[in-house]
Amino acid sequence: MAEQTGLGIVSLREAAIDAIENASDLMGLDQVRVRYLGKTGDLTVLLKQLGTLPAAARPAAGQEINQAKAAVQSAIDARKTVLEQASLASRLAAERIDITLPGRGQQPGGLHPVTRALRRIERLFANAGFAVVEGPEVEDAYHNFEALNIPAHHPARAMHDTFYFDADRLLRTHTSPVQIRVMERQAPPLKIIAPGRVYRCDSDLTHTPMFHQVEGLLVDEDVSFADLKGVLYDFLRNFFERDLKLRFRPSYFPFTEPSAEVDIQCVMCGGSGCRVCKQTGWLEVLGCGMVYPEVFRHVGIDPERHLGYAFGMGVERLAMLRYGIDDIRLNFDNDLRYLRQFV
Amino acid sequence: MRFSEAWLREWVNPSVDTQQLADQLSMAGLEVDAIEPAAPAFSGVLIGLVQRIAPHPDAAKLRICTVDLGQDEPLQIICGAANVAEGMRVPVATVGACLPNDFKIKKAKLRGVESFGMICSATELGLADTSDGILPLSADAPIGEDFRAWMALDDYCIEVDLTPDRGDCLGIAGLAREVAVINRVPLRAPAVQPVPPTCDDRVTVRLLAPDACPRYVCRVIRQIDPTATTPLWMQERLRRAGLRAISPVVDVTNYVMLELGQPMHGFDLAKLRGGIDVRLAQAGERLALLNGEEASLRGDTLVIADANQAVAMAGIMGGAATGVGPETRDILLESAFFAPLAISGKARGYGFHTDSSHRFERGVDPQLQVRAIERATRLLLDIVGGEVGPVVDVADATHLSHREPLHLRESRVARILGLALPATTITDVLERLGMTVERLDDGWRVTPPSARFDLVHEVDLIADIGRIHGYDNIPVSHASAASVTQSTPEAAFDLDRARLALVDRGFHEVITYSFASPEIQSLVEPEADTLRLANPISAELSTMRTSLWTGLLQTARYNQTRQLERVRIFESGLRFRVGADGLRQEPGLGGLVIGAAAPEQWGWQSGKVDFYDLKADVEALLALTCASAQFRFVAGAHPALHPGQTARIERAGKPVGLMGMLHPSLAAKLDLNGDAFLFELDLASLADGTLPRYAPISRFPGIRRDLAIVIDARIAYETVANCVRAAASELLREVILFDVYTGKNIDSGRKSLALGLILQSSSQTLTEEIIDVEVGRILDRLASELAARLRD
Repeated sequence: MAEQTGLGIVSLREAAIDAIENASDLMGLDQVRVRYLGKTGDLTVLLKQLGTLPAAARPAAGQEINQAKAAVQSAIDARKTVLEQASLASRLAAERIDITLPGRGQQPGGLHPVTRALRRIERLFANAGFAVVEGPEVEDAYHNFEALNIPAHHPARAMHDTFYFDADRLLRTHTSPVQIRVMERQAPPLKIIAPGRVYRCDSDLTHTPMFHQVEGLLVDEDVSFADLKGVLYDFLRNFFERDLKLRFRPSYFPFTEPSAEVDIQCVMCGGSGCRVCKQTGWLEVLGCGMVYPEVFRHVGIDPERHLGYAFGMGVERLAMLRYGIDDIRLNFDNDLRYLRQFV
Repeated sequence: MRFSEAWLREWVNPSVDTQQLADQLSMAGLEVDAIEPAAPAFSGVLIGLVQRIAPHPDAAKLRICTVDLGQDEPLQIICGAANVAEGMRVPVATVGACLPNDFKIKKAKLRGVESFGMICSATELGLADTSDGILPLSADAPIGEDFRAWMALDDYCIEVDLTPDRGDCLGIAGLAREVAVINRVPLRAPAVQPVPPTCDDRVTVRLLAPDACPRYVCRVIRQIDPTATTPLWMQERLRRAGLRAISPVVDVTNYVMLELGQPMHGFDLAKLRGGIDVRLAQAGERLALLNGEEASLRGDTLVIADANQAVAMAGIMGGAATGVGPETRDILLESAFFAPLAISGKARGYGFHTDSSHRFERGVDPQLQVRAIERATRLLLDIVGGEVGPVVDVADATHLSHREPLHLRESRVARILGLALPATTITDVLERLGMTVERLDDGWRVTPPSARFDLVHEVDLIADIGRIHGYDNIPVSHASAASVTQSTPEAAFDLDRARLALVDRGFHEVITYSFASPEIQSLVEPEADTLRLANPISAELSTMRTSLWTGLLQTARYNQTRQLERVRIFESGLRFRVGADGLRQEPGLGGLVIGAAAPEQWGWQSGKVDFYDLKADVEALLALTCASAQFRFVAGAHPALHPGQTARIERAGKPVGLMGMLHPSLAAKLDLNGDAFLFELDLASLADGTLPRYAPISRFPGIRRDLAIVIDARIAYETVANCVRAAASELLREVILFDVYTGKNIDSGRKSLALGLILQSSSQTLTEEIIDVEVGRILDRLASELAARLRD
């Protein structure tokens, strides 16, 4: 660009742009800005000196100075963007971290596998409209036995390996007394499950003196064994998330008739036979049946009008099958190396 | 009950293999527990006749036997058994034979004499655990034939785990009837012909407790051959049923019990005085029993007595003094019906469980006694000979259970099973099961067989119909039962949510036994009354816990001894507290922390866990009630806790829980490494929470003023916070304690608290003037009430 005014604008402008290009950081750039465009900056001063020029030269000179200012400002803006980006880039580079280092803070614990299985059981039955109820663990012989049609000298009592405190008080051997307690205080229709701890005087490789059961009870005017099959098919298939084969084997419980034990196709081997199912391909997972009329009579429900089904399952057994646990005693050792495997 | 498959197939032989037979039994409610081969695999064992025995020239205990195996030449076999005798028939493992445990028989030289095989003992053939010498065979054993085939050892022992209602299947006869029903094949019971008496000897019988024993059948047999032995075939059947052969009389009674289900007993007639009385024992009456024990009898025990004394515990066990022994020549056979209620629980009361009591408890067919005694007589005569007296059958008709017919309604069958079966099918099933059936308008009149003690109600018949029709053939449906929406209070404490809160805060849930050792229980709550088990598994598990801490502390120790030093655990469950009002079973939630506050990790120096770490966890639980403000932590005392670090948690003045540091002396006794901190909350006290309640959010900015005050170190923070709140107006939204300091620049006995006050108005932006007035009022109150001054 030709110098027309003789004020040295061109060289000033070139010097400014040169300084801008050479500014290595934002602070240096700002110093350049002040030197040329600040209140006492070179270009600002030139503009203020316009009045000293002959009137005819003023418009051209003014225009020239303003163009130079605009050019310098634009160069500053451009340089600023470049420097800001470089600054950000270097900050980002400096702040690079090892994202594979572990996170800090407390690590989560976990629910006990029995609780985990229990929650699953409770949810599945809650979906089907069963309410959760609880009962005492120190029970009386009436609720644990007599009301369930197991009189004092019944051979079935010998099979219960009961812990006693005295002649009448005992640790419940099953969750079935909760059935009685519910029927004593509530009228049908009833649809409940009762999870909880139960106790048997038995301790060896495959038995612990305390374990967990879930009892189920449905009482209404029209309930059949076919309905019982229906609820258990649904439950077991949903619990294991598999289209399992089931078989209902006739069995005996003094408080139900007909009674059945339910076997599922072995979840370990798929039914071909393994150590867990003792080569039978089947695993016994629960007992069930239609409520025996005597039991209804004990709680004042008319067995002619009402029918019911009941079932009971061992939670440890289901949890062990579900999670591949091979020793029931692990559940009560509470070794953290075991518990950490369950969240 | 364990039995030989071949024995069962003598009675009923459907065209199904062993596994199918077992499956059929299981699916009929007679659960098969095990199927085992009657004998381990072996081959090359023939029946031989010992012709001659010569001494071994170089070994005193060995003998050289010449054994005829039906071949051209007899074999020379060296035998070391003392009982080998000329003329004896024996099992011989020939050269090339393979015995159990892969024992191969080769030609051998024993002390210079060649031996071409081995004469076998029962043990060597896997037929007994121990044996005394070689196995002698009967005189009719066919020389040269295969021993395994002759003994029918390719048989299976089937073990059925019978439920207590099916006493009728505690014999081959009962099992065979079920198999016949399932397969629709005929039952071929061996004919039992009455054995006509050959002498007139008899004993008189008095039924003095006819409700307990309404029928007693017995028979005298004289001059039996005491040298006779039980034939091998019978010994084998007993063995395959899990019984040991003892003597012909005992073996025959056991055999008939296994076959027909009737327990029997043989007395040595010479040891009996006078007739037989079936009566209740006199309390304290003593009876020496066959198992070597002497019982002091209770008055409710039924006994068999002679003129002098009790000679047997009826239906449970015979007496030692009148038992059959090697010298017995005359016997009295007993085949009785004892009522289930007279026997059940009695054997257990004396600590016994016998094959006999097992059957009588469950019910023995009251029509079976005469048939059983005739069967036993026949078998016995064939072995030991003798003179037989007449059958004495004394019965009390009024007490013999008379089967009332049951009314079975057709509609009820369909309603209970959920399946409408044709009436003809139902009639057919009932009749095949041996019931007497009469068709009625609405169903049937059904009289069950006398052996079926389990059929007492209409529904029992329905179950049997379902069982024989097959549970698998009952359809699957869904009850239309009213789905009752449960009342679920939203504000109720949610234990499940609390568990998850703890899990998310790094706790592992544990489940420990509800019974503890008395030692740890008394360490944790020395003054608490406890409930103790009368029959614990062990002393370690004998006392019902009054606190969840017993199990938590034991779990901490268990893990620390396995190098798991940092433990954060919780448990929920009942605590069993004995008070003046009796036993209370109180649900609780407890936890324990020990070790580092945070897991070891880079970039964060975490110290040992302390009171306040755990307090945050407890406060998080209390916050789940949406009613945190209702709870207070009050300095408290507990025998298991450090006296200076114990908090009683109160709600509206009532205790709801405890937390604190485990007392160092307990930590030492329990061998815990580091300071443990514990909490326990009573879930019933937390049960009622409050619902969240919305309060409008101010549009105006809040401001913060920080104060650092110095006060007497003994003043609790709660007092300071309460003082601040009391002085403040509604502008004070929050007080943040952000530092607690003692040490340099603070006089001893005093402490500095740094408080952040958050002020905010819901109607205006706060001016400096308003703020100064508010803060000034708070400082004045702190100064006047707590002698607080601003820190320089």
